[in-house]
Amino acid sequence: MQIFQSDLLCIGAGLAGERVAIEAADNGFSAICLSLVPARRSHSAAAMGGMQAALGNSAMGEGDSPDVHFADTVKGSDWGCDQEVARIFVNNAPIAMRQMAFWGVPWNRVIGGEQTYYKGGKPFQAYEKPENEGLIHSRSFGGTAKWRTCYTSDGTGHAVLYALDNRATQMGVEVHDKTEAIALIHDGSTCMGAVVRCMKTGELRAYLARAVLIATGGYGRLYRATTNAVICDGGGMAIALDTGVVPFGNPEAIQFHPTGVVPTDILVTEGCRGDGGTLLDVNEYRFMPDYEPEKQELASRDVVSRRMVEHIRKGFGVKSVYGQHLWLDIRHLGAHHIHTKLREVEDICQSFLGVDPVTQLIPVRPTHHYSMGGLRVNKDGAAYGLKGLFSAGEASCWDMHGFNRLGGNSLAETVVAGMVIGGKVVEYLKGADTVFKTETMRDAVAKQQARIQSLISGANGGEDVYAVREAMYDALILGAGIFRNGKDLQESIARLNTVLDRARKVGLKSSGLGASPELSLALKIEGQVKLALCVTHAALNRTESRGAHTREDFPERNDRDWLTRTLATWPDSAADKPVLNYEPATKVFEMPPGDRGYGGGKTIPMDNPPEAAPKGANGKAQGSEK
Amino acid sequence: MARMLTFNIFRYNPQDSASFPHMQEFRLEETESMTLFIALNRLREEQDHSLQFDFCCRAAICGACAMVVNGRPGLACHTKTKDFPDKITLMPLPVFKLVGDLSVDTGTWFRGMAKKIESWCHTKKVFDPNAQEERMDNALAERIYELDRCVECGCCVAACGTALMRDDFLGATALNRIARFILDPRDERTEKDYFDIIGTDEGVFGCMGLFGCQDVCPKRLPLQEVLGKLRLKMAFAAANNLLPKFLRREVRL
Repeated sequence: MQIFQSDLLCIGAGLAGERVAIEAADNGFSAICLSLVPARRSHSAAAMGGMQAALGNSAMGEGDSPDVHFADTVKGSDWGCDQEVARIFVNNAPIAMRQMAFWGVPWNRVIGGEQTYYKGGKPFQAYEKPENEGLIHSRSFGGTAKWRTCYTSDGTGHAVLYALDNRATQMGVEVHDKTEAIALIHDGSTCMGAVVRCMKTGELRAYLARAVLIATGGYGRLYRATTNAVICDGGGMAIALDTGVVPFGNPEAIQFHPTGVVPTDILVTEGCRGDGGTLLDVNEYRFMPDYEPEKQELASRDVVSRRMVEHIRKGFGVKSVYGQHLWLDIRHLGAHHIHTKLREVEDICQSFLGVDPVTQLIPVRPTHHYSMGGLRVNKDGAAYGLKGLFSAGEASCWDMHGFNRLGGNSLAETVVAGMVIGGKVVEYLKGADTVFKTETMRDAVAKQQARIQSLISGANGGEDVYAVREAMYDALILGAGIFRNGKDLQESIARLNTVLDRARKVGLKSSGLGASPELSLALKIEGQVKLALCVTHAALNRTESRGAHTREDFPERNDRDWLTRTLATWPDSAADKPVLNYEPATKVFEMPPGDRGYGGGKTIPMDNPPEAAPKGANGKAQGSEK
Repeated sequence: MARMLTFNIFRYNPQDSASFPHMQEFRLEETESMTLFIALNRLREEQDHSLQFDFCCRAAICGACAMVVNGRPGLACHTKTKDFPDKITLMPLPVFKLVGDLSVDTGTWFRGMAKKIESWCHTKKVFDPNAQEERMDNALAERIYELDRCVECGCCVAACGTALMRDDFLGATALNRIARFILDPRDERTEKDYFDIIGTDEGVFGCMGLFGCQDVCPKRLPLQEVLGKLRLKMAFAAANNLLPKFLRREVRL
C-alpha cells in the first residue's frame, strides 16, 4: 500500500481547498489536495454570478462598506449566523478580491461616464465616476443594499478557479485527482490523515498529514432535484460524522434557488434577476411586486423561492409534463446584453432546453441549491471534536450564512475563508507536532478493506445501491423541502430509517474491480442516509421558521427559544438517529435581532435582547494587522 | 411513439484481467429532452452497474464528460439524443489514458501542460493587501476572459491530427492559454519567453492547419484565429533580428 505524507492534506480541490493549500505552500509547507475530479472541474467553476465584496467602486455601489455588507449578511442569515465570523468575512472580502485580481482573474471593470443598467426590468442611467475607470466593477444581487457583486461576465467561478489553480500549480501544490477519501484516520482526539481510494485503479492508499482540511462542498446530492454537480454528495461531511465526535452544524439549513431550469435543474444565475430579469406566471403576469413591493425579484433567495411556490399553489403555475413551473423573462435586456453578459445563461437555454432567451421565456422553478449547514468549525476554521482537522467553504459551517445565504456570499466565502483559515492552518502547522500512529493507520485501512470485501461478496445482503439511493431521494424531499411540517417530517424519518437499514445491506451487482462507480457509491450510501437523517431530525426539532427553514406549523421566527445552532453527532455508528445538541447562534451581537425588511412573518422576541456590541470590534481585516 | 435507441459503447476495464476491449450494445427507449447524461446514467442504474463514464456539473461548464459521439468529440451532458439517428456509438477520447470504458484521465494531461507552459502570471511584484487593485481596461478584461473560457475538456486535443500522431504536441488548448497570457499585462513574460515555449515544432509550428480543434470546441473558442495570429507573431519574433528595420513587426493578438 502506498503511503503519502505531507504537512497539509486538503480533501477537496475547489476554491476553498486550493486557497488553503496555497497559503500553506506560500509559507513553505507541503500540501496535497485530493479531488474526485481534476481540480478545475470542481463545482466552484459552476458559480456564474459573482463574489460579494464591499469595494464600492461602481456608481450603484457608492457608499458601500464592510459595515453595510455585514448588515446585509446578518439580515440575510435571519440572525442565524455567527456575527464574529460574518465580520471577519466582510472585512477581508475586498482584500481577497484584489488578491485574485493580482493572480490573474479578469474581473469586469468600471467604464467611466453614463451607463445604462436595469432594475426591475426597466433601464436607467447611472454615472460611473471617471476616476474609478478600470477598478473592479460590481453588479446587483438579491438581498443587498448596494451593488456589491464582483464578476467576470457570467463565468466568475470558472475564472477565479482557473486563476487559483494556476497559482497552486506555480506554488507546487500537488493535486491527486480521481481520488476519494473514504475515512479519516484518527484516534478519537487527533486527526492524522485519511484512507483514500484511487478512482483510476481502485487501490487503497493512506495519506498522513499534520493538518487535514475538509473542503468537499455541500450535500446537495442527497436530493434528486438539485443544481449541484454530481460530486456534491456530502462525502466529506459523511466521513467526519462517522468519527462520532465531529458535529454537523445546522443540517436543516438548506437553500432552494428560485431559478433552476425545468426539467434539468441546472441553475441560471441570479445575475439574470440582478440585471433586470423578471418572474412571470401562467398569464405572463409579473407577480413578485405584489408580494415584495420593495425588493421585488431581488428579495433574498429563501423569500423568492417561497413566494414562487405560494403563487403556484394559488393556481398560477405553468403546467408541463415535468410538473408546474413559472417563467423567467430576460428578453427586454436585449440581444447584446444577453450575448455578452449572460452568455452562459444563453448556452444553457439553447443546449439543454432548446430555448432562445432573446425571444423566448425560460421555464424555472425553485430547486435545491446550497447547504448552509456543514462541518462545524470555530472562527479559525478548526473543527469541533478533533485536533488537526479543519474545514472551509460550503463543506463547513463556519457560519456566516446562518439560515439563508446571500447570492455572491458563498463564492466569496471560498476564497476569503481560504485566505483566513489558510493563515490559521499555517499558524497551527508552525506550532503543532503530531505522532503518526502506524497502528491507528493500519486499523483504519483494514476496516475499509473489510468493508469493500463485504460489499463485493455480498456478506451483508444484496440490496441494490442505486435502488437504495432512489428511496433516500423520495424519503428526504417528502419532509425536508421548501415548506416543512411535523407530520411530513415524521413520515420522512420513518421512511429514512427503513432506507438506512437497506443501506447497511447493500451488495454489489458488478465485480467492484478498478474504478467501479458502483463500489464508490456503495461505500458512501450509509453515510449519505445518515446525513439525510440529520437533516430531517434537526428540521423536526426546530419548531420555528428562520430563513430557508420554513415550518408551516410554526410560522414565527422564535428568537426566544431558537436563536441557536444545531450540532448533530452520530456517536454510535450502529444507531439509527443522531444526537442533537445546541449552542447559541452567536456570542457577539453587533446587530441585535431585528426585522429583515422583507419576507414578512412574525418574530417571537428574546426575553432579554442584547445590547449591540461596537461595530467591527472583532475580526480586523488581515492586511491591517500587518 | 418514442424511438428505441441502440447504444454501441466501448467497454474495457484495464483493472480486470478478464476484461478485453470490445463494443457492447445497449437498448433504451428515448424520452423527451433526453441527453447523454440522462441516457448513460439510466443505462448504468438499470442495465449494467459496471459502466464507467465521467460527469460532473452536467451543465457544460466543467468539461468532465467529453467523449466521441458517432465519431465526433463533444460534451456528453449537452448532447441531445434527438439530434442523432437511433444508433449512437460512444467511444472514449483518444490521446488521453484510458481509465475504463468511456472514462479517461484528462487531469494528468492538463496538469502536465500547465506546468510545461508555466500557466500563471509571471511577475516580480508582490501583492500588497492594503493597496487598491491595479487598473485594467474593461474591454481588455473581456478579451482575456474570452480566451480564459476554455474548460479543458480535451475535445480539441482528441480532434487534432498532430496530437494523435505526436504526444509532445502542446495542442490548441495550450496555445490558447499562452495567447491569454500574452494579452494579460499582469504576466511580465517577454516575447522571447513565449517563443521559447511555443515557437517550436511542439508548439505553433507543429499545427498542420486542419483546425479540427475549432470545429469541435464546445465553448466555440476562436482557436483558428488565435493559432493563426500566434504563428505570425512567433514567425516575426524569430525573423525580426534578420530583417531590415522597416520590415520588422511586433504582431499584436
